[in-house]
Amino acid sequence: MDFYLTALLQGLCFSGIALGIYISMKIFNIPDITTDGSYTLGGVVTAIFLTHHQPGYIILPAVIISGAVAGALTGIIHTKLKINALLAGILVMTSLRSVNLILMGRPNLPLNGISSLFDIINVFSNPNQNTFCIIIVFVIIITLLIGYLLKTDFGIAMRATGNSESMIRSLGVNTDRMKIIGLALANALTATSGYLITQFQGFADINMGIGIVIVGLGSVIIAETIINWMKITSVWLSLILMLTGAIIFQFVLAVTLDIGVNPNLLMLVTAVFVLLIVSLPRLSFKKSL
Amino acid sequence: MIDIKQVYKTFNKGKPNQVDAVNGIDLHIETGEFVVIIGSNGSGKTTLLNLVAGSVIPTSGTVSIDGNDVTDLADYRRSQWIARVFQNPLSGTASDLSILDNFRLAAIRTKPKGLSIGVNDHFKKEVKEKIATLGMGLEKKIEQPMGTLSGGQRQALTLLMSIMDSCQVLLLDEPTAALDPRSAEIVMKTADKLIKDFKLTAILITHNLKDAYNYGTRIIQMGEGAVLKDIDTIKKTTLKQNDLFDWFG
Repeated sequence: MDFYLTALLQGLCFSGIALGIYISMKIFNIPDITTDGSYTLGGVVTAIFLTHHQPGYIILPAVIISGAVAGALTGIIHTKLKINALLAGILVMTSLRSVNLILMGRPNLPLNGISSLFDIINVFSNPNQNTFCIIIVFVIIITLLIGYLLKTDFGIAMRATGNSESMIRSLGVNTDRMKIIGLALANALTATSGYLITQFQGFADINMGIGIVIVGLGSVIIAETIINWMKITSVWLSLILMLTGAIIFQFVLAVTLDIGVNPNLLMLVTAVFVLLIVSLPRLSFKKSL
Repeated sequence: MIDIKQVYKTFNKGKPNQVDAVNGIDLHIETGEFVVIIGSNGSGKTTLLNLVAGSVIPTSGTVSIDGNDVTDLADYRRSQWIARVFQNPLSGTASDLSILDNFRLAAIRTKPKGLSIGVNDHFKKEVKEKIATLGMGLEKKIEQPMGTLSGGQRQALTLLMSIMDSCQVLLLDEPTAALDPRSAEIVMKTADKLIKDFKLTAILITHNLKDAYNYGTRIIQMGEGAVLKDIDTIKKTTLKQNDLFDWFG
């Protein structure tokens, strides 16, 4: 059972990535894979600040800012230098690997014996339950913030940018600036996932971000499938489904490991699962014809 | 209101596929004028409109709006004067956003898009009343995504969106080209009414010579990136519809 609780906790930790990918991919229509780098960056910054015994209220802002800077860089390369978004993301992601290594000074930074965000409260005897409470509060706060943002005039302009660029420019919005802000926001959210996971697993690792973008994509695609299927238009429901998508995704991985699939095959299973989710609506559509 | 002086626009300069889209146009458009531009494909009509809108920056020459030199001003900065309706209904509205959200953006076209929630009950009521004036029954659908509407409905709403915020210049780039004749008529009548009611300065590009004859206070025929004919209000009264057809003969 604890195995599945861990999956749930991981899923919740990944909600930042899910929301981040939702913003870059669904709202701005930009395939952004800075994710792998900004997620690790978030983890690395967290570990460095924790090992240097910095107070908690500095760490989270630092993580958010570092992720935002990474995203903004991708945005600037994409909009100002007119470079394909995918390539811009790859460039930033690749350079972040060096940045992360230099920041940490070594490939792995353990947090043994250092109290983290999850040690703040100690209500339950099971540490996982304490962790759960803290993560849930954390996730609710960021979801409320993002939901509110998307409802504001600025948020509507953001949503319109990925939808009809000519329209939103004629309505007085600098779309380049908007995309840079959007990618900064998406990667700041991704970095918060790195922040949570690093404290959850107790270390930051240079390889922790490899292939993490698929977690976000998988979550968003699961949510998208449900959204299209149930014809949901509400922003709030969409956000909640993104979080659900992140949790479902982790559960699928947990089940895969639980039934004894070789862990080396995990990435392959992940990719096949995402492929299945993407192709499922098309297959069933064909049948109904 | 709009002053275009010695404007040239060349695309792909120096390359084999060089196009001289606009060749030294001088044009002065008074406040409240409704100019209809006609001309065959490739005559430079759309480029001229884009030069006014700011989506295209001239190779040389100056463009000014309301006495301000806007030659190098980006399109999104010219939105303080200009509202646009595009040929493609998809370009003028955001499909995935609700009608209400589309109108919200239009209502703050000339203002910054801030971090407050602008869609409230008061705003909803205002939008419903505005949309009801179209008589299309769309006021009941304001929470629906824009993408669920037909091209004609979307063009009519785009027109309405242009007057949600203060607007002085309305640019219409073949707004009815993608529509069936009935929707086209509704859109043109709505445009004409709004232009008159709000005393807008308007430029309409059309291939429909009947519309060119029926609407507007001035007709300009373009060819090879230059103004071929410029018929003002007084001369337009003596113009016959067949004369227009003869221009293309």
